[in-house]
This record gives sequence, structure tokens and C-alpha cells, in this order.
Amino acid sequence: MTMQQAKADALAARLATGQPGQGGWLGAAQAAALARLRGMGLPGKRDEYWRYTDPTSLNAPDAPSAALFDSRGEAPPFSGLDRLRLVFVDGIFDQAQSDDPVLEGIEIERLGSAALNPSHWAAGLYGTLETRGQTPVERPFAALNTAQATEGVLIRVTGRPSKPVSLIYLHKSERSDAILHHFVKIESGAELTLLENGPAAARLSKVLEVEVADTGRFHHIRTQGRDHERRAVSHIFARIGAGALFKSFTLTANGRLTRNEAVLELAGADAVAHIAGASVGDGDFHHDDTVFVTHAAERCESRQVYKKVLKNGAVGVFQGKILVKQGAQKTDGYQISQSLLLDEDSQFLAKPELEIYADDVKCSHGSTSGAIDDTALYYLRSRGVPLKQAQSLLVLAFLAEAIAEIEDEAIAEDIRARLEAWLHRHEH
Amino acid sequence: MLEIKNLHVKLAEEDKVILRGLDLKIGAGEVHAIMGPNGSGKSTLSYVLSGRDGYEVTEGSATLLGEELLEMEPEARAAAGLFLAFQYPVEIPGVGNMTFLRTALNAQRKARGEEEVSAGDFLKLVREKAKTLKIDAEMLKRPVNVGFSGGEKKRNEILQMAILEPKMCILDETDSGLDVDAMKLVSDGVNALRDAGRSFLVITHYQRLLDHIKPDVVHIMAAGRIVKTGGPDLALEVENNGYADILAEVQA
Ligand SMILES: Nc1ncnc2c1ncn2[C@@H]1O[C@H](COP(=O)(O)OP(=O)(O)OP(=O)(O)O)[C@@H](O)[C@H]1O
Ligand SMILES: [Mg+2]
Repeated sequence: MTMQQAKADALAARLATGQPGQGGWLGAAQAAALARLRGMGLPGKRDEYWRYTDPTSLNAPDAPSAALFDSRGEAPPFSGLDRLRLVFVDGIFDQAQSDDPVLEGIEIERLGSAALNPSHWAAGLYGTLETRGQTPVERPFAALNTAQATEGVLIRVTGRPSKPVSLIYLHKSERSDAILHHFVKIESGAELTLLENGPAAARLSKVLEVEVADTGRFHHIRTQGRDHERRAVSHIFARIGAGALFKSFTLTANGRLTRNEAVLELAGADAVAHIAGASVGDGDFHHDDTVFVTHAAERCESRQVYKKVLKNGAVGVFQGKILVKQGAQKTDGYQISQSLLLDEDSQFLAKPELEIYADDVKCSHGSTSGAIDDTALYYLRSRGVPLKQAQSLLVLAFLAEAIAEIEDEAIAEDIRARLEAWLHRHEH
Repeated sequence: MLEIKNLHVKLAEEDKVILRGLDLKIGAGEVHAIMGPNGSGKSTLSYVLSGRDGYEVTEGSATLLGEELLEMEPEARAAAGLFLAFQYPVEIPGVGNMTFLRTALNAQRKARGEEEVSAGDFLKLVREKAKTLKIDAEMLKRPVNVGFSGGEKKRNEILQMAILEPKMCILDETDSGLDVDAMKLVSDGVNALRDAGRSFLVITHYQRLLDHIKPDVVHIMAAGRIVKTGGPDLALEVENNGYADILAEVQA
């Protein structure tokens, strides 16, 4: 059997378990995605962008089971915030647990119901950012997601809603396989904070498309749940207009497999895109951040800040690229990926890339991997700070640059406290 | 206060011996100075007393107020009242100075069974001490020692000392890198802490500092031992003649 044939068979098996196709504009988007996917096939271990992460469990027709996590009554992230809550249980929208999706300056509709409206604003737009994001690097799971998704929300922001929209992903069934696809459109001058939290399912496939029109502002903070055995493949596709702002932060604690891809295109002059992640893993943990930032216009700024704390054989992966297109002069690009290895069993694999076709640009990238600084540890202890507390201070200090990417102080504090609690629970 | 007997120390990973039978006894309320050529083991002594890794005590003992120091974790030594102002203060990116100071103070208090200091009281305390040392409040918001000038780092060490109120203070070349005015400030800070229940061990190369912080006893250290002990005049002798005469006399 040829490789091609094997890939086609794997894809056929994978699709057999998918949702039935839809009609209307959603059906058209699904059909187009399916055609894209057939052209590329599912990823294999030999594919360049899957060298460090084994896609087998994501390719499998059925989701491998994942035990439910017991948070022992601890309040979930963002609990203290006034927000508009939309709840999904194992990937299915739960109206009873959700707030009425009505808020000034914003339109929110479920993907399934919007699909019935031929003149919905998302018709013809949905799936387009994912499609753009398939070049120059193929992202088969994103195409698979578009081909199959029937759940998700479509959010159009025309003003400055008084509170964040909070997507809550509950995991209730050990074998759930969730597919979510959201589209967010921020109109010119509008602003939204989008929160996401929870594991969503035993296996989650999620696509978030974000179109930020000129001068729009988008803030995104997510936490991916603490279920140890969950798997997730997620994609963010964003197109950022002139003078617009895009900021995204992800906290990942635990999870057997996480592949978070982000494809950001700075499409208009003076646009700003910051994407950051803090991930902490102990033991059976594989976390992959794969980021592609394209500077397609002048004077744009991008920052990628990724920090990973790994122990007991946990694995961290970072594949990050900055592409500066011809004409994107005065680009300011920054990328840093660092890991703190708390023992010798853990591993960090990093592939930073720069590709620059403009001559007047400032781009820097760095990647490091190391242990806790003994001298700093001794200095803290010599002032009376006990060993564990000193370690925890230094680990949080290591993560600080990523957390600093969260603008809202209350949210940043919530995230910091969660990381601290995690470190406390995972002391040797 | 501090009593060191026949201390022998080598590097843990190498066969290099650094301290060779060092004896030192500092009474409560006393100020002792140690001078000695580069590489004689002065910093090593301060590291071994404060519990830094990498050194192995092969013989001897060190007690603080009768408690055996060398068996304790570094944090326990601090809680017991030992403080080392580092020759090279350590930069800790990402840890705010204030967080660091408050964590340290409360950890020590907790270890001693005392109540923690509230955020408000702590702020007041730091502001007051920082002011006397002319430390800018902005500087305190920055990460520990990051981007501090050499002199600022040294002043920050003394600020920590003033806030933690240790019983046994070791100052390792706190004067190096200080300008004349800063030297005066730091010395005033140290002198303000002088107290019948607090002792100092001041490691320095220069008489200058000892003009401000007047020692009761001066020791000369060479090749890992105290080779001569005397009054404040001994420091003047070193300043004028260097170590050659003293070392020759000891060897004779
Ligand atoms: N960790 C180490 N590794 C290798 N050598 C060391 C180490 N620590 C100390 N030494 C050596 O031990 C000797 C004593 O060093 P130490 O720093 O204690 O001297 P010092 O008296 O403080 O000198 P200075 O006046 O220059 O500060 C030196 O020869 C030094 O190189
Ligand atoms: Mg020294």
C-alpha cells in the first residue's frame, strides 16, 4: 500500500464517524473544506510540522477515553468576573446553563441556527480564514474541523460590550469527541474580550476564526482545563486590520496531548498581534504550540511569548515562525520560547523560524531551555524563604513574561494564582 | 553570638581546600572586620556560614547563639538570625523586590512562630527604611537587583538587612562599588542597626569603610585562616603597608 493510499484510507475511516453534512452556506463551507482535506490527507509522523508531535490519537476514528477531572470544588477560572456565559457540554451547547446571549454592541448566534439563514453575516465568510491559513503550511485538522463542525458560535461585535463573552467547555463523558468552530468578527472601532475555559471533551477539535477590522480590538484569554487524559487540537486563525489589536493568552495545565496552532496575519498597517502561552505539565503531558505570524503590511508589531514548565517526562514543543513579506517595512517582530525543566526526564523541542523579505525590519527570536537557577534559589533561601516557596517564586518569575501579556489585572491575577496552586500541588 | 572553631572547608566537587582551620569568636554587640588578600577565603567563609551549596565542611563547627549552624538549611539559618550582604548581589528577573522582601520577612517570622506583617504595615516599614537609605520607591517596584547599578545593589542589601533585622550580619565587601556619598549612607544605615543584641562581621579591603563603621576587632585572613587579630589600628597598618609585613611576621 502506498503512503497516499494509507492516508486516504485513514481519512475515510476518520470521516465515517463525523456529523452528517449540512445544507446552505454551512454545507457549502463543509464541502469545500472536505475537498481541501482530501487534497492534503491527515497528518503523518513524517510530515514536517508533525515531527515532534504524534498525531495518531487525533487521527483515530474514535476519541480515546479520558477520565473526568475532579476539581474538588475549586472555582473554575474567571468565576469572579461579570461575563456573558455560554456553556457547552462535551461540545454541545447547553442553553439551560447559559446566559441569554443578548448584549449591547454584539450579536451572538449558534452556528447551527445561523446556517439556516442564507443572508447571515457569516455566510461566505465562515471558513475563509481557515482556508487562507492553509498556505504555506497545511493544517489538516483545521480543514477536518470545518468539514465536520456543526457547533460553535458566530459573534459579531459592533460596539464595546460591557462585559466579556465567556465560552465554558464542560467535560462530562469519558469518551466524548467534540468539534467546535467559532467565528468572531470585530467591526471597525469595536472591542471584545473573549474568555474560554474547560477541557470540552475527551478529545477536542476547535477552530477559532477572528477577523479584526481596522482599529478593532480583540482580547482572548483561555485556559484548557485540568483533565490529565484529555486531548485537544486547536487552531486560531486571525486576520488583523490596520491599526487593530489582537491579543491572545493560553494557560495549559495538564492534558495528555495538546496541539495549539495559531495563524496570525497582520494585514493592515500598524496592526498589533500578541500571542502568549504558559503551560505546565507533570508526567504524561505533551504540549505543542505551533505559531505562524505573517507581517503583510507596514509598521506592524508582533510578539510571541511561550513559557513551559515541565517535569517527570513532560514534553513541550514550540514551532514558531515569523514571515515578513515584501513591503512590510518597519516590522517589529519578537518571539521567545523558553522552557524550565524541573528534572532531567523532561524535554523541550523548539523550532523557531524567521523568513524575511523586507529590508527595514526589526525581528528577534530566542529559545532557551534550562533548570531553576541555583544561585537565585540560594539567594532567596539565604533571606529566609523556604526551598519550596523559593522554587515556586522562581517558576512564577519564569512564567511572568507570558502572564504579563494579559492586560486585565484581575484576570492576570487569577491565572497567576492558578499556576501557583498547580505548582504547589506538584511539588516534588 | 557567632563562634567558629577549627573550620576546614573544601570545594565539594574538587580537591581544592579553601578554609584551613579557621577560628573566630564574635560577642553580642561587637563589630569585627576581616581583611585579607584576594582569594584568601573571605567570601567562602560567608557562603559556608549562610549555607551555599558546593562546599564541604571537613572539620570544625560554627554556632550561632549556641545553635549548630552548619547542619541547617539556608532558610533556617536566616530565621535563626544570620544575614549575609553579598559581595555580588544576585539578580532575579521576574521577582519583584517588594514581593521578595515581604515573602522573606514573613517566612522568617513564621519560622520563629511570630505573626506575619500585614501588607499595610510592611509598606510603611519599607518606605521608611528605603528613605533613610535614599532608595527610590520606583526601584523597589523593579525585579530584585535587575538593572540596578553596582551601588544600588549594595544599598538594596542593606535595605534587606534593615527590614529583616538579623542578629548576626555579615557584610562582604559592601563598600566596593559605592561612591563616597553612598558609602556614608550605607555606613549610617549599618550604624543605625548597631545594638547590644546585634553583631557584625565586616569583610573589606579598605580602611575607608572602617572610618565609618568602627570595628572593635580586626582580623587578618590569609590562606584560609585568621592569622592575626588586633584592634582598629591593624586596619591602618594594612592600609599603609599592605599585607607583606604581616604575612612575613606570621610565617616567621
Ligand atoms: N566555587 C568555586 N569554584 C572554584 N574555586 C573557588 C570556588 N569558590 C572559591 N574558590 C576559590 O577559593 C579561593 C577563595 O575564594 P574567596 O572568594 O573566598 O576569596 P576572597 O577572600 O573572598 O577573595 P576576594 O578578596 O577577591 O573577594 C579562591 O582561590 C577562589 O578562586
Ligand atoms: Mg570575596
